[in-house]
Amino acid sequence: MTQSNSKEITLTVNGKQYTTSVEPRMLLSDVLRDELGLTGTHVGCEHGICGACTITMDGRPVRSCLVFGVQANQAEIRTVEGLAEPDGSLHPLQEAFWEKHGLQCGFCTPGVLMSACHFLEQNPNPSREEIREGISGNLCRCTGYQNIVDAVEMAAEMLNKNKKSEEETSDLEIVHSGRKVEV
Amino acid sequence: MKPAVFDYHSPADLEEALRLLDEFGYDAKIMSGGQSLIPMMNMRLARPQVIIDINNISELSYIQVTDSVIKIGGLTRHYQVEESKEIERVCPLLTEGMKLIGHSQIRSRGTIGGSIVHADPTAELPVMMTLLGAEFTLASPDGKRTVTTDEFFLTYLTTTIDMNEILVSIDIPIPSTRTGYAIDEFTLRKGDFAIVLAAASVTLSEDGTIASASLCLGGVDGVPVLLEEVTEGMIGQVPSTELIAESCEQIADLVEPEPDIHASSEYRKDLCITYAKRVLERAAERAALL
Ligand SMILES: Cc1cc2nc3c(=O)[nH]c(=O)nc-3n(C[C@H](O)[C@H](O)[C@H](O)COP(=O)(O)OP(=O)(O)OC[C@H]3O[C@@H](n4cnc5c(N)ncnc54)[C@H](O)[C@@H]3O)c2cc1C
Ligand code: FES
Ligand code: FES
Repeated sequence: MTQSNSKEITLTVNGKQYTTSVEPRMLLSDVLRDELGLTGTHVGCEHGICGACTITMDGRPVRSCLVFGVQANQAEIRTVEGLAEPDGSLHPLQEAFWEKHGLQCGFCTPGVLMSACHFLEQNPNPSREEIREGISGNLCRCTGYQNIVDAVEMAAEMLNKNKKSEEETSDLEIVHSGRKVEV
Repeated sequence: MKPAVFDYHSPADLEEALRLLDEFGYDAKIMSGGQSLIPMMNMRLARPQVIIDINNISELSYIQVTDSVIKIGGLTRHYQVEESKEIERVCPLLTEGMKLIGHSQIRSRGTIGGSIVHADPTAELPVMMTLLGAEFTLASPDGKRTVTTDEFFLTYLTTTIDMNEILVSIDIPIPSTRTGYAIDEFTLRKGDFAIVLAAASVTLSEDGTIASASLCLGGVDGVPVLLEEVTEGMIGQVPSTELIAESCEQIADLVEPEPDIHASSEYRKDLCITYAKRVLERAAERAALL
């Protein structure tokens, strides 16, 4: 029952497909960090409490320390490495955390960002109370949370502004090309 | 904090899962959401030799609402029940209670069947199932049996489920109209397991008096506790803060919660009374609005 029970899995992480062989007892957090070299996902408690290892799996936030790698076969995963653009420009959430000092040591940050990212997709105009609820599954020992809430609030505004200007640009394009488009 | 070695099977249908469970017996553990089992394996409090992962058995994941009953498959995830508009329409208690389970990251994976079989005395689902009079269907290679919550929950983390059985479905009767519900709990931090939790239902008659009422507490004993003594005296009366407060005072004599590092027995009793009053009042207010 040692090496011989390894299984081959194929998973997509941040849009890139990986195939690797893992022992069933290997946690998804360890597959990401040790097999795929994606050490952005942090590991704190390994029993589901701290939230540092939060990623999204098939569009839902999950604890990667409470999923086995073999269970992620064929899954679509997003980690903190998938937030920034390929050219290195930051995701609005990352920019807002920078701007508002939403981190100190940074250990909790990858998990907080992944939770907040999913939270803002579900709830683009949250109140501060809702933001607190949204990040309640992530523990931070440094910041006292105030600046994290400020940062998520700022990111929500930035994302909404981006969405609006995208809409405006596409309106402009329609006008420029002179075509009439049914909306 | 890494689990011990185990063999892994992920059957695609129930029949195969039951065959594997029968073959490996006490060496095997079913895994659904893994949100209780994996922490225990990581801490090596559990060291199953064989894991039978039922996550690929799609036939166990469903929500069906008929005129009289809500049927939920054992593998249905917490968030699916939480987000179901159908369930919110016919049984808003479930929607309210589901939000109290851990955090959204836990509810993404955790399953209804897993929470029920895990049978933590301060978990929300066993309390809600007991209040609602749910029935559980257990499948084994010999066939199926259906049990009530009373028959199912035995004591702390212990149920009547046999080594070769899988909880496949949960049947929840849909209450009559003019029934209001509420659930609330005391936790040290948001998302923690509760110290004490209470759930209540109140059904009103045409004339505004109480036709029936129930109260169920968690965190006071090894299993959820239905306190009929508290609610039977309320029947036929018009709900009021005084009536509810008076009925709840007797809880101090009816429960004998064990003390632990989080709370003394007396403190738990006080919490029981406070939370029982709160949920009964809310349930009565909500019934009056229907
Ligand atoms: C940080 C954190 C906070 C939490 N907070 C809460 C909370 O506030 N309230 C709460 O209720 N829970 C809480 N939980 C526990 C969580 O709800 C679990 O999901 C749940 O207790 C178990 O469900 P599961 O599907 O994950 O089961 P698993 O962990 O997969 O299994 C649990 C047990 O049930 C057995 N089992 C599972 N499914 C079946 C089945 N269909 N048939 C037979 N046996 C089965 C398994 O063999 C195992 O023994 C928390 C967990 C974490 C990590
Ligand atoms: S490492 Fe996964 S929740 Fe703490
Ligand atoms: S910034 Fe240090 S734990 Fe959050």
